Amino acid sequence: MSKARNAILERLRAGRGDQPLQAPASDFSVVRDRDWSLTERLERFETTISSVNGEVHRVVEEVWVQHLWALMAAKGLNNLLVAPETVLGQQLLQQQQASGPELRTYRDPVEHWKSELFNGVDAALTGCRGAIAETGSLILWPTVQEPRLMSLVPPVHFVVLRADQVYCTFYQALAEQGWADQGMPTNALLISGPSKTADIEQTLAYGVHGPRELVVLVLE
Amino acid sequence: MTQTSTLSDVREFHPRVRTALDNPQIRSNFRNAMDGLMGKRQKAFDGWDLDKLRDLGAAVRLRALARLPELLERLEANCIRQGIQVHWAETGEQACEIIGDICKARQARTVIKGKSMVSEEMELNHYLEEQGIEALESDLGEYIVQLAEETPSHIIMPAIHKNTTEISDLMHERTGTERSHDVDYLTASARQQLREKFMTADVGISGVNFAVAQTGTLCLVENEGNGRLTTTVPPCHIAVTGIEKVVEHLEDISPLLALLTRSATGQHITTYVNMISGPRRDAELDGPEAVHLVLVDSGRSSVYQDPELMDTLRCIRCGACMNHCPVYTRVGGHAYGTTYPGPIGKILMPHLLGLDSTRDLPSASTLCGACGEVCPVRIPIPTLLQRLRKESVDGDRLRPSVVRGHGSKRHWKEVLAWNAFRWIFASPGRYRLLGMLMTRFRAFTPSRVGAWSRYRSAPKPAARTLHQLVNERAKGGGR
Repeated sequence: MSKARNAILERLRAGRGDQPLQAPASDFSVVRDRDWSLTERLERFETTISSVNGEVHRVVEEVWVQHLWALMAAKGLNNLLVAPETVLGQQLLQQQQASGPELRTYRDPVEHWKSELFNGVDAALTGCRGAIAETGSLILWPTVQEPRLMSLVPPVHFVVLRADQVYCTFYQALAEQGWADQGMPTNALLISGPSKTADIEQTLAYGVHGPRELVVLVLE
Repeated sequence: MTQTSTLSDVREFHPRVRTALDNPQIRSNFRNAMDGLMGKRQKAFDGWDLDKLRDLGAAVRLRALARLPELLERLEANCIRQGIQVHWAETGEQACEIIGDICKARQARTVIKGKSMVSEEMELNHYLEEQGIEALESDLGEYIVQLAEETPSHIIMPAIHKNTTEISDLMHERTGTERSHDVDYLTASARQQLREKFMTADVGISGVNFAVAQTGTLCLVENEGNGRLTTTVPPCHIAVTGIEKVVEHLEDISPLLALLTRSATGQHITTYVNMISGPRRDAELDGPEAVHLVLVDSGRSSVYQDPELMDTLRCIRCGACMNHCPVYTRVGGHAYGTTYPGPIGKILMPHLLGLDSTRDLPSASTLCGACGEVCPVRIPIPTLLQRLRKESVDGDRLRPSVVRGHGSKRHWKEVLAWNAFRWIFASPGRYRLLGMLMTRFRAFTPSRVGAWSRYRSAPKPAARTLHQLVNERAKGGGR
C-alpha cells in the first residue's frame, strides 16, 4: 500500500471528523417509473435512434438474412465480419449466397490481423442484449465470439435486436438483467447511433472514429 | 501541448479579459455556440421532472462524497480483483510520474489519448514529451487544439473558440489537407490520420466519467468512438481520474448519465457509454492486456476538509454552468487562464492552485445565479463564489483555512478604510462631523477611484445630507 494512498485516505477521514456525513435518500422513481407497452417502447426506440441517424428496419424473423443481403447490396458493401459460433452467425453462414458478400470471421487475436481489420472490412454484424426505449440505445456486452472491435472499427455496423427485448429505461435494463449482481463483463456498452462529432463549429458529422452507419434489424 | 495554467499566467486575468473582449471573432464564436447549447439543453429536458432529477443527481453525488474514503477502498479492491492495477497520486506531478513509469516499463514510444480534463490539469502531454514519449490527442476537438498548440477553451467542446475557416487553415498548415468548409471532409481527414496512430500506439490514456465502487467499473461517455479505440486497441490502457469521480452503486450512474449528456450538449445520451471492468480475459480476442487506474488527489482532499466547499466535488463536468454564464459567453474559456474555465473553474481552481494566484476568479462573476440554477447536481456555485471572495480578503494567512492563499487579497488601505468607517459611524457626533465635512468639501473628492471609475463616474457627495433635506421638508410642512 503506497504512501500516497494512505495520506489521501487519512486526509479524507480527518476532514470528515467524528461526524459521519449525511446524504439525502436517493429516490430513483424519476428514472425508473415508465410503463410503456411493447409497441410504445419499440416506437420510442425507433424514433430516438433515428433522430441521431441510426437506421432501423423491422423484419420478420424468418427473412432477416435475405433482408440483410439486400441492404448490403444496396449499400455496396462487399464483405461482412460475423461471429460464426453465435446463432445469428450460424444463420448467416447457412444462408450465404455465392454471389453475395464475402463473410469474414474474427478468429484470431486482433494483433494478428489489425491492419486487415482496420482497412479491409466493410461491415460487421453483431447481436445485442436488448435496447433502451427512452434513449434509443442498444446494449452490447462484447464476448469471445463477438469481440469489442466488431462494433467499432468497420464503417458499417449491423445489429440484430429482438423486438421483445426493448426496456423502457437504462435503470430498468440494469435491474431486470441483474448487471450488478452477476458481475460486469470486461466491457459493456450502450450504443446510440453511429459515431459522430460536433467539434467543428457545432456542425454534426458522422463516422468520425467509429462506424459511419448503424443499422438495426428488429426481428418481429 | 502547452498549458496556459502556469501561475504567472493565471494572475494576468484582467489583461486577457480585455484582449478577449476586443476580439469580435472570439465573441461571436462563443455567443453562437452558447446560445445554441442553452436551447438544446432546455429541449432535452422536455417532459422530465427536472427538479426531481436534479435532486436525485445531487443525492447520488452527496452519498458518494459522504462515503468517499470507504468507496475509494471498495473501488480499489474490486478493480484489483478484476485485474486492474490501481495507483494513487497526491499531486499532478506524482500522477505524471506514475504514468511515465508505466510507459517506460513497456518501452512505449507513442501514446494515444482520449479526452481527459484531469490530464490537462496535470499537464500530462507536456510531461510525456519531456520523457521522449509522443502523446497524441484523438478527440477531434482536442486534436485541433493540440495542432494549434493551445489548450481547451471549454471542458466539453475544447475547440469551440475556433470557427470552420480557422480549423481548415490550421489543418492545412499542419497536416497538408486541402482548405475546405466541408466539415465532413475535415472530419474524414482527421479520422484517416488518427487511424494509423490508433493501430500503432503502445499505450492508450483516457479519463473517467464515473468509477463505480460496487462493481469496479470505469464508465466513459463519448460520441466519436475515439475513447473506445483508445481503451481497446493499444496493449495497455491507463485511466486517470480525480478521486471525487467515484459513485457507490451501478444504478447511480443512470440518473447521472441522464443529467450529464442533456446538460452538456442537449443529447438524450452520447453515442457511446463505455463501461470497462478489467483487462482482456482468457480467450478474448481484443482489449488491452493491462489496465491501470490512476487516482489523483491534487487538492481535492483539502476541499473535502470544509463541509461547505466540499460541494465543489459534486461536479460531473457537464459544462452547463459555462454555457449559461454571461461572463464566460463574452470572454471565452482562455481568458480564465485555468484548466477549468467558467463558474466551476472559479470555485475549483482556487483549491487546485491556491487563492493567491487565482484571486481575481471568484470576483469575475455577476452573481446572476444562472450557474447554480442549471447545475445538474445542484452545486450552490454563487454561494461558494461569495465564500471564496470572503476567503480571499478575510483574515490573514495565519488564520486556519482549507483554502491555500486565503487572505491574499487583503490590503491595508481597505482594512484601514473599513476600520475608519466603523469608528465614525459608531458615534453620532463623529457621523455628523463627517456629514458636514463631506458636504462642505465635496469638490475635493477624487474623480478617479480605482477600478470603480474605469467604467463608471466616481461617486460625489451631495451638497446637503439626507438629514438636512428631510428636516427642511418637515419645517416647510411637507409630508
